Amino acid sequence: MKWLWVPLAGYFALPLVATAVLSLWQGSRGYGFEAYVTLIHTPEMWNSLLLSARLAIETIIAGLVILVPAVFWMNLRLPRLRPMFDFISVLPLVVPAISLVAGITAIYTGPDWLVGTANFLVIPYVILALPFTYRALDVGMRALDLRTLTEAAQSLGASWPSMILRVLVPNLITALLGAALLTITIVIGEFTFANILLFNTFAVYINHIGSTSATQAAALSLLAFLLTWSAMLGVALGGRKAAR
Amino acid sequence: MAWRERAADVIFVGPFLLFALAFLVVPSLGLFVQAVTTGHGFSLAPLATLWSADHLTAFRNSIEVSVLSALVGTAAGAVGAWLTLAPGMPRWARALISTFSAVAANFAGVPLAFAFISTLGTLGVITGLLKAVGIDIYAAGFSLFRMEGLVIVYAYFQIPLMLIVITPALEGLRREWREAAEGLGASTWQFWRHVGLPVLLPSLLSAAMLLFGNAFSAYATPYALTAGNLPLVTIDISNVLSGNVSLSPAEGAALACGMIVVMAAVMVLYGLLARRVGKWRVR
Repeated sequence: MKWLWVPLAGYFALPLVATAVLSLWQGSRGYGFEAYVTLIHTPEMWNSLLLSARLAIETIIAGLVILVPAVFWMNLRLPRLRPMFDFISVLPLVVPAISLVAGITAIYTGPDWLVGTANFLVIPYVILALPFTYRALDVGMRALDLRTLTEAAQSLGASWPSMILRVLVPNLITALLGAALLTITIVIGEFTFANILLFNTFAVYINHIGSTSATQAAALSLLAFLLTWSAMLGVALGGRKAAR
Repeated sequence: MAWRERAADVIFVGPFLLFALAFLVVPSLGLFVQAVTTGHGFSLAPLATLWSADHLTAFRNSIEVSVLSALVGTAAGAVGAWLTLAPGMPRWARALISTFSAVAANFAGVPLAFAFISTLGTLGVITGLLKAVGIDIYAAGFSLFRMEGLVIVYAYFQIPLMLIVITPALEGLRREWREAAEGLGASTWQFWRHVGLPVLLPSLLSAAMLLFGNAFSAYATPYALTAGNLPLVTIDISNVLSGNVSLSPAEGAALACGMIVVMAAVMVLYGLLARRVGKWRVR
């Protein structure tokens, strides 16, 4: 059975290698880091990257603020709502993103401070990340003895907000990190909403640069892939150490 | 103190339910209203556009690509997950694979399209290597920019997604039944035929459904790869919405409803199949 690794690993490695080769190609001047150097000196690239990074952080915060209390309370007091929570959390996988764009843009046409800025994207992004954030939080909380934790915190006089921030969140740190990283990979790569709503995010920028410079697009794609992967790997290995 | 309990319920759970209602449930249901509403009120005209030859081709293409890529992804992803969980696999390698899967499952759009154009495009690395040994795949009728190309490209995010979702089910299987079957003298084939596959079938089915939906709703990747030249439903919707052809929200809504209906039909089919394959289980 072990030989099956070869085609699988080859299938996944080759496109990345080919991208790397393309990103180093300089036409008649052979191979070099020209594309990378040009990119570093392109303000539009930094603007789009910063926008996507900001959206990712906002999406993580908004998603957790909405979901942590809800999933916590559902697990502790309202287990009969679980089927409904499960259903809602798989809906974003069932309703195609492009249909959701159509639905959201038709209903929410204003006010301008909401739909006119890129921050509007945080709303669909929270929805897109919902299946993964919900699952991570739910698995994390099921592994905890919520009842005992809550009672202990309350008998020490903790209010609900401080109970969530000081007791629940530290106990959920690996689950939260996992959810946050998945959210980052989703937001950095998200193209559908940003392209249709005409916001210049990182994925939209890569698309745009791809039409003028294939080598720069390849360089950016490769960097984005390797950076997210190493970040996730760091958390996976670091989190395991911390858990021990 | 009942009202205080209720107030706590609302404060903790309310924001999430309201958010999901406002930005997920209502917009999805709203599509069905928009699909029968034009400037002159109620009309079936937008729905009728679904039966135009162009849109029917788009639906057929989308469904075909999604079914094929779901089958490929389910099979290859399950094998990949099985190999990853094999006893000899070191811990760091497992972390490497699982994190790679998380990134690759979200790898889409232009980056993915470029990666494959430089691998299997007309001037790609593999295309060139094969040509050097006398195999011209493009002369043989292959094209990265048609259906077969999409299936190959989609596998790059479908296989990792499958690996992620099937791993828990495989972990559950490995621990208990394998040893019991071996203890009773079952061969590998007998184990899979009589224990492994029947136990896994419901999980495999639900994963295949997820993969179908994932491919069906793919937009960034085919958009980047085929520049919109291969008719797919998602590409049609974006054309209608952003006015590349004609600006018509009702037609976009009708197409989106069509997609939701197809997904619902797949889920019903899944429900029927899941009940059948789950029958042997003692409740």
